[in-house]
Amino acid sequence: MKKIGLFICHCGSNIAGTIDIPEVKKFFSEYDDIEISDDYKYMCSEPGQKKLRDAIVERGLNGVVVACCSPRMHEITFRNAAVSAGLNPYKVEIANIREQCSWVHQKEKDKATKKSIDIIKTMIEKVKRDEALQPIEFDITKRALVIGGGIAGITAAVDIANAGYEVVLVEKRHSIGGKMLELSETFPTLDCAQCTLTPKTVEAGRHPKIKLMVYSEVEEVKGYIGNFDVKIRRKASYVDWNKCTGCGLCQEKCPSKTESEFDHGLGERKAIYTLSPQAVPNKPIIDKNSCRFFREGKCRVCEKVCPVQAINYEMKDEVIEEKVGAIVVATGYEILETEKIPEYGYGMYKDVIDGLQFERLNSASGPTAGEIRRPSDGKVPKEVVFIKCVGSRDPEKGIPYCSRICCMYLGKHARLYKHKVPDGQAYLFYMDIRSFGKGYEEFIQQSMEEANLLYIRGRVARIMQEGDKLVVWGVDTLSGRKVEIKADMVVLGTAVVPSKGATELAKVLRTATDEYGFFNEAHIKLKPVESMTGGIYLAGCAQAPKDIPDTVAQAGAAAAKVLSLFGQEKMVQEPLIACVDTDLCSGCGVCVTACPFDARMLDVDEKISIVNEALCQGCGACVSACPNKACQLRNASPKTYMAMVDKYL
Amino acid sequence: MSDFEPKIIGFLCNWCTYTGADLAGTARIQYPSNIRVIRMMCSGGVDMVYVMKALLEGADGVLIGGCHPGDCHYQSGNFKARRRVAILKKILQQLGYNEDRVWLRWISASEGKKFANTVTEMVEYLKKLGPNPFKYTGNI
Ligand SMILES: Cc1cc2nc3c(=O)[nH]c(=O)nc-3n(C[C@H](O)[C@H](O)[C@H](O)COP(=O)(O)OP(=O)(O)OC[C@H]3O[C@@H](n4cnc5c(N)ncnc54)[C@H](O)[C@@H]3O)c2cc1C
Ligand code: SF4
Ligand code: SF4
Ligand code: FES
Repeated sequence: MKKIGLFICHCGSNIAGTIDIPEVKKFFSEYDDIEISDDYKYMCSEPGQKKLRDAIVERGLNGVVVACCSPRMHEITFRNAAVSAGLNPYKVEIANIREQCSWVHQKEKDKATKKSIDIIKTMIEKVKRDEALQPIEFDITKRALVIGGGIAGITAAVDIANAGYEVVLVEKRHSIGGKMLELSETFPTLDCAQCTLTPKTVEAGRHPKIKLMVYSEVEEVKGYIGNFDVKIRRKASYVDWNKCTGCGLCQEKCPSKTESEFDHGLGERKAIYTLSPQAVPNKPIIDKNSCRFFREGKCRVCEKVCPVQAINYEMKDEVIEEKVGAIVVATGYEILETEKIPEYGYGMYKDVIDGLQFERLNSASGPTAGEIRRPSDGKVPKEVVFIKCVGSRDPEKGIPYCSRICCMYLGKHARLYKHKVPDGQAYLFYMDIRSFGKGYEEFIQQSMEEANLLYIRGRVARIMQEGDKLVVWGVDTLSGRKVEIKADMVVLGTAVVPSKGATELAKVLRTATDEYGFFNEAHIKLKPVESMTGGIYLAGCAQAPKDIPDTVAQAGAAAAKVLSLFGQEKMVQEPLIACVDTDLCSGCGVCVTACPFDARMLDVDEKISIVNEALCQGCGACVSACPNKACQLRNASPKTYMAMVDKYL
Repeated sequence: MSDFEPKIIGFLCNWCTYTGADLAGTARIQYPSNIRVIRMMCSGGVDMVYVMKALLEGADGVLIGGCHPGDCHYQSGNFKARRRVAILKKILQQLGYNEDRVWLRWISASEGKKFANTVTEMVEYLKKLGPNPFKYTGNI
């Protein structure tokens, strides 16, 4: 038998001033399934809550409706009160007669009273069908996986490890540091990138709680929040890093040279190589594509010179399995290749370079040892043009977004250029200058005033090679004049694009990317570091273009999310989630595609759909999609809604 | 026809429109009392069967309120709602029924005024349109 208690709150005069409470109370005192119909001046006050608790105990209530303010205000208050009196919290419902009735129909008292009765009736229908539910609990594997060893991944890994949890840090290249390892000096302070980064990479490399897996990639991820099974492929480096001391002899003696990816084609490296002298770990790999032995079957010089016999040409890829409870994706970005920009020469002009190439030119450990010399003939360029928004903010190129860093780094480049070539002239073409960060506008102002950089508002239409000069055609939209500059070198601020393989990795992780290929956050405002998949968090440029301060902040936030998960004894999930009526389910799989959280799977043996209770967020998308009405949300079944509609009409 | 008071059933998404309706209350924005609200977790959870049921039982209008495109708490629920409502409207048309009795509106948690205006507008519109001819009386 249903024994439902109704408690009507006056909310001072907020409700009672409009709604005829004695009338409502009287109406329900004779109503089916209502054991007690009561009212009080302030139900949420302690005496009000006591009324509710006492009635539960004394009258043996098995359901409660509180007619009061929005459930967003006090649902939790009354559910907790019910629990302390021994009633399951999910058997308490709120009839919202304040925000959605008394406050909005203040001049129609009769109608408002009638409406409040209707609202209460439907909530009684709901309570009648509500089941007592228990929170769902899961164990958590308190280890984290961080994918990507740029500044984002390193920061997140160190933060999590410092809290005492183990971290597996997986990096695709053979050293950590990411793009920051390639930068020379960083805005807005112009401090040396290595000096800021190296302590971090060293800390990550040495941390007893961090298992560093470089030259590795995540191949398979199974499971769900709190319980992921991960397979990681460690690529064969052909050097036994346990033996290798990092002496560098092999690199010195190796006869095979090729273009260095690290120097973005501006320098050379050997077939056996480390990323950079400061790299962590500082161990070499053999690149099969350029190694003479792998290509021609002859050489083995490195094997001969290696004093500790670390070279092993027979080495195979290894697949390593790890169990983790949370994953941070920090796979960073790339920049748009100059080959994709027809108007600036399709990457054919040697002296039209991109931002990362400029970083390498300016880097003390770079191909020119930090001197600004142009790639074609090694001359010091005297007229340099910097072009912003190359590809970015250009819907025609499929990149309508702002890359957020180019305004700043080109300003930085121009300034660094002037430091090294004081008699040179720098021109900067811009659409507008976006210097939003702390200290950024000041940095730009200083560049314009002190460094005497020439900022030209407008776009560059074309670049053409004329002898050893690059003719840059643009417009100055402020003066409305055409501009032609005969430059020695051009630096393009090309768009930031997702890292290679991001979309594939998203598939492996069963999470979503946006239309450009950046990882999608669960909510752009409220959940900017959570991915669409429970237990997977995002940090740095993997989510969207950003500078180092924002990257580090987001990485810290991602680590905090992981830690708040690990801080729990068990994972507790609201039980208001989907369930399946196995008699009705036809195994059609419509729910599997409807679910935005990958919480549905088909049980192949039983041919029915099952709910992964750890992943379900209770949105109800599957419920309305299910053609057989087999999916239901707990305590929100179609029957309940039908009955509620019924009572309203 | 002047004393005809349309009945509207509102299926409102908890995260946006329901909260927007709460805000209308907090701001004491007055609107006609003709609407009866059912709180859903997401507009994507509104089964068109509920809408049909409401119309068959005599609701003069149904308002489905969801988050603005791109703002759905569950990413894509409102897009699903949009598709379903489009299909339902096609079916209603084919039955020779005025599909404009079903309104789908994006109303965010900060748009209390928009919620009140929408209800006011809908009531006026339905008053002009007259009672739901579909009102289901017997048993199926
Ligand atoms: C020319 C230029 C100059 C810049 N100058 C500045 C500056 O002065 N100040 C500033 O604040 N910002 C600057 N930036 C921005 C800065 O580079 C980024 O903010 C920062 O590097 C982002 O760090 P991240 O860790 O998110 O990404 P990344 O640095 O790109 O690191 C990502 C890491 O993940 C690895 N990875 C990728 N995919 C996988 C995978 N599938 N599996 C495993 N590992 C993977 C990559 O190898 C890489 O090591 C500049 C950017 C450019 C292009
Ligand atoms: S085998 Fe020869 S070419 Fe290959 S890495 Fe060793 S030294 Fe270089
Ligand atoms: S309720 Fe939403 S999250 Fe849960 S299984 Fe259904 S579609 Fe997925
Ligand atoms: S949560 Fe509001 S429409 Fe989906």
